[in-house]
Amino acid sequence: MSQATLRVQKISGHSGTVPGRDTQREYTVCKLVDTTTCIGCKACEVACVEWNDMPFSPTAFDNTYQTMPETRWNYWNLILFNEHEREDGSLQWLMRKHQCMHCAEPGCLEACPADGAIVQYTNGIVDFQQANCIGCGYCITGCPFNIPKFNSVTKRMYKCSLCTDRVSEGLEPACIKSCPTGCLHFGSKDDMKELAEIRAKQLRDHYGYDKAGVYDPPGVGGTGVIYVLHDATQPELYGGLPSNPSIPLAVKFWKHPLKWIGNLAMVGGLIGLFVHYLKFGPKAREESDIASKEGQ
Amino acid sequence: MNPRGMVGYHPEQLIPHDHILRYSFKERLNHWIAAGSFIYLMLTGLAFWSPWLFWIAAVLGGPELSRFLHPWIGLIFFVSVCYMFTLWANQMNFEPVDKEWWNSIGYYIRNQDEKMPPAGRYNAGQKLLFWSFFVGGILLLASGLVLWFTESIPWSLRWIRYISVVVHAGTALLMIGSFMIHVYMGVFAERGAFGSVIRGDVSLAFAKRYHPKWYKEIVGESDRSK
Repeated sequence: MSQATLRVQKISGHSGTVPGRDTQREYTVCKLVDTTTCIGCKACEVACVEWNDMPFSPTAFDNTYQTMPETRWNYWNLILFNEHEREDGSLQWLMRKHQCMHCAEPGCLEACPADGAIVQYTNGIVDFQQANCIGCGYCITGCPFNIPKFNSVTKRMYKCSLCTDRVSEGLEPACIKSCPTGCLHFGSKDDMKELAEIRAKQLRDHYGYDKAGVYDPPGVGGTGVIYVLHDATQPELYGGLPSNPSIPLAVKFWKHPLKWIGNLAMVGGLIGLFVHYLKFGPKAREESDIASKEGQ
Repeated sequence: MNPRGMVGYHPEQLIPHDHILRYSFKERLNHWIAAGSFIYLMLTGLAFWSPWLFWIAAVLGGPELSRFLHPWIGLIFFVSVCYMFTLWANQMNFEPVDKEWWNSIGYYIRNQDEKMPPAGRYNAGQKLLFWSFFVGGILLLASGLVLWFTESIPWSLRWIRYISVVVHAGTALLMIGSFMIHVYMGVFAERGAFGSVIRGDVSLAFAKRYHPKWYKEIVGESDRSK
């Protein structure tokens, strides 16, 4: 939920200017997830549920190290597990912390029709404001990462808030605080990018991961969660992380050209009909008028 | 024999004071169920379409209520359109005269109706309106069901969502266009048309002027030689 100290730079479904845009010197915050040092302990999952006081929901065991198949409205943070068979036949366990990516250009916010249901703060956090949410689910369609989840009782959408309440008080998100291996870092986007590149270089130079790299997809303007991957050329291996995510083309088409064509057509149509009436008027003024035309 | 002393093929549709029954009670009631539900769907749909129009949802009881009712009213609209199909579909087949009618549309637009080829109970424009609402209703229902239960679509089938948002909005826009022309014709351009879908009748003169072929079917060849 919104905090007094955070200003808003993007608002969903909003007609008019945005109050906080370019009004604040503020770091863009970023979470760095180093998948190469994640051991899949789930401390971050528990910390997320704890800090956000979410009701427990049953886990689903499917013979892997994954807690459940997908994130839920009350389970925002999930370590996705994949047992990957390498070309030489050896196995590699890939663990990726999956949560909202806090895109610089959020597809959820783009798709949302409800004024103020989704906001982006000046520090880059994308936050759902459930009080304004109407539960239409358009954010599900807009998101390229399968993040927003529907609560069928409250009829609202939920997702990771990047612990907005903690970050606004100068604390790190709960998941970061709980990580025992130090694979999670939190700071400014610039610092996290630098740290991630250093780690990727280290993996390439000293650990034999020639394709190690940083995942910060430009298709969504970069993300507020970046990954160090052993193999940055195949992000799909990490629980289906899309290699080049962007706001779906259909959503872009719907929200931009179609919207403007439609608006022009509707307004043009109204004006056209009015002008037609001014020029030609009714086909006959009164019913008696029809009869008199008949007699001509 | 009818009141005018004419031999009618369907004298039961001729009613006193030179009027013909054009729409039965069932047709009128169904028309207004479709109209009422369509107007609600259009207004709430426009509220979700543009932030500039989001206030419409507030006026209609709040955006959450609009989001809740829109699909249910949509079902009512669809049922009404289906009933409309059973009432009118066999009268809506395109005939050779309809092609002539389209070719003469310029006269129709300039209110020179005497130069139009003789239309039956429905002219070509009305037939197109009927079919656009029928096909549009099916497309809106199919895409609308996806949007209604969008969280139930698995991630692997997300392309269905992408198609649905575009189809739903695009079809709605086309139908709003049809609706605007329909309301303009019925309320403003053709005096007598609006009353006919309320009271059910039109004057003989109206029928003869706008639907001459239908007029002949009902009244028969007039004994009033011109």
